[in-house]
Amino acid sequence: MRSPSSHLSFARRFTNAAAMSVMFVMALLVIAPLVAILTYLVYRGIGSLSWSFLTHLPAPPGEPGGGMANAIVGSGIILLIASLVGIPMGIGSGIFLAEYGRNRYGNLIRFTADVLNGVPSIVIGMTVYGLVVITQRHFSSLAGGIALGIMMIPTVTRSTEEMLLMVPQSIREAAWGLGVPRWRTTISVVLRSATSGIITGIMLAFARVAGETAPLMFTAFGNSYWSFRVNQAMAALPLQIFYYATSPSDDWRRQAWAGALVLIVLIVGTVAVVRIAARRGTLRGVA
Amino acid sequence: MGTPIHVANLNAWFGSHKALQDINLEVPPNHATAIIGPSGCGKSTFVRCLNRMHETVPEARVEGTVRLGDTDVYGNGSSAVEVRRKVGMVFQKPNPFPTMSIYDNVAAGLKLNGVRNRRHLDESVERSLRQSALWDEVKDELKKKSGASLSGGQQQRLCIARALAVEPEVMLMDEPASALDPISTAKIEELIYQLKEQYTIVIVTHNMQQAARVAEFTGFFLMGHLVEFDKTETIFTKPRDKRTEDYVTGRFG
Repeated sequence: MRSPSSHLSFARRFTNAAAMSVMFVMALLVIAPLVAILTYLVYRGIGSLSWSFLTHLPAPPGEPGGGMANAIVGSGIILLIASLVGIPMGIGSGIFLAEYGRNRYGNLIRFTADVLNGVPSIVIGMTVYGLVVITQRHFSSLAGGIALGIMMIPTVTRSTEEMLLMVPQSIREAAWGLGVPRWRTTISVVLRSATSGIITGIMLAFARVAGETAPLMFTAFGNSYWSFRVNQAMAALPLQIFYYATSPSDDWRRQAWAGALVLIVLIVGTVAVVRIAARRGTLRGVA
Repeated sequence: MGTPIHVANLNAWFGSHKALQDINLEVPPNHATAIIGPSGCGKSTFVRCLNRMHETVPEARVEGTVRLGDTDVYGNGSSAVEVRRKVGMVFQKPNPFPTMSIYDNVAAGLKLNGVRNRRHLDESVERSLRQSALWDEVKDELKKKSGASLSGGQQQRLCIARALAVEPEVMLMDEPASALDPISTAKIEELIYQLKEQYTIVIVTHNMQQAARVAEFTGFFLMGHLVEFDKTETIFTKPRDKRTEDYVTGRFG
């Protein structure tokens, strides 16, 4: 048997092989930084990672040991608040832009979302500090969640819009033709058809803000102890990593690596679990 | 029972382009009426005016009267949503809801309009799938398989079942078989033959044999005008208008 391409000229086969190798190398280069980061994180962090690191409060300065349990839980709470702020607003405005936004008002919102996307995170932190922290008179996880939630909005908005625009018009017409009102069509048919894409957008936004440090410095502030209240300063992994990594203590700097490793694992884990759950749920139920 | 459709002085625009010019037409109940004509003559626009789908296109506009039985489609108190519940529509390309199972596709019109009664839903789904001659092929995997996993011909029958499930009075079919193979086409035509016992059917087609096979009445559209409307036999054997004759004998189009 001759291979299907064997009748082609040498020049064509050579060009094909060359182009393929270039693309292969490019693909490798894309994943190289990620692999490098992960390996280095594991290399530096795995040594300080222990059960007590995950379950204990930070040790007082000078004492060895201690952990980041409060920061892990705190990050979870703050990200939950951020999601409650960012996801509904992002999806809502994404729906508006895709289904009703082909006009000047829509263009204004699109422009605003893009500008918001470009606002440095530290500026958002300062703004929330001025509007929430000063009004409340103390740092709080609520303020931290709001700051991160605001940062999620533009990403969720634009990805929702794009996903909804990818739903073919024929699907909308099918529902309208059955006498389904427009709002119902949007929610139960169009939004559902775009669910997996929208979830991808949400996960992108989530992963991006999960590691944000600067906006939390003015808002959640950090805390060496347990705190579960939305009106109290709360620890968060990125903050703890920042404080520890810049401290003079060797022990703390090692713990910062472990904290970074935990943060990455938690983000990747959350994204993976949500995606699998979303894929399973796709063909279930209606409306 | 099917409902007659009365169309008077119907004009339709896309922006400044006038797509329909002064259409007057009586569609008889419980018969199939074919709309034929070359591409761009306004056939699709015409049927989309009957269930107010035309106005969903940005900058599209309609003037004139359309009456479904007693309902004034463009009257003051009438709503597009209510009109569309009475008028089923089947599109050129099969468009099942991609994320829904076969069952949910058929039940969609009822569920999305608030019907929750399981027995009622089960019965409607089975009746509609039997009517569209798809039941035997899908009954074992109603809730397991997605509507999009069916073949093109099956998808189109699924779409017909979906339209039938909301118990419309009229069925509009916009070239329902033009994307299908000959065997699927034959099945759809057979279906139209049976459905007209209960429904008024308007079918757009650019296949003249198809019009001759399924429809008792035929309207010939040309450049936004209804050139001639008569019994199908008359249109194909002794048309009154020279342009109709030219078209059905294949001299242009």
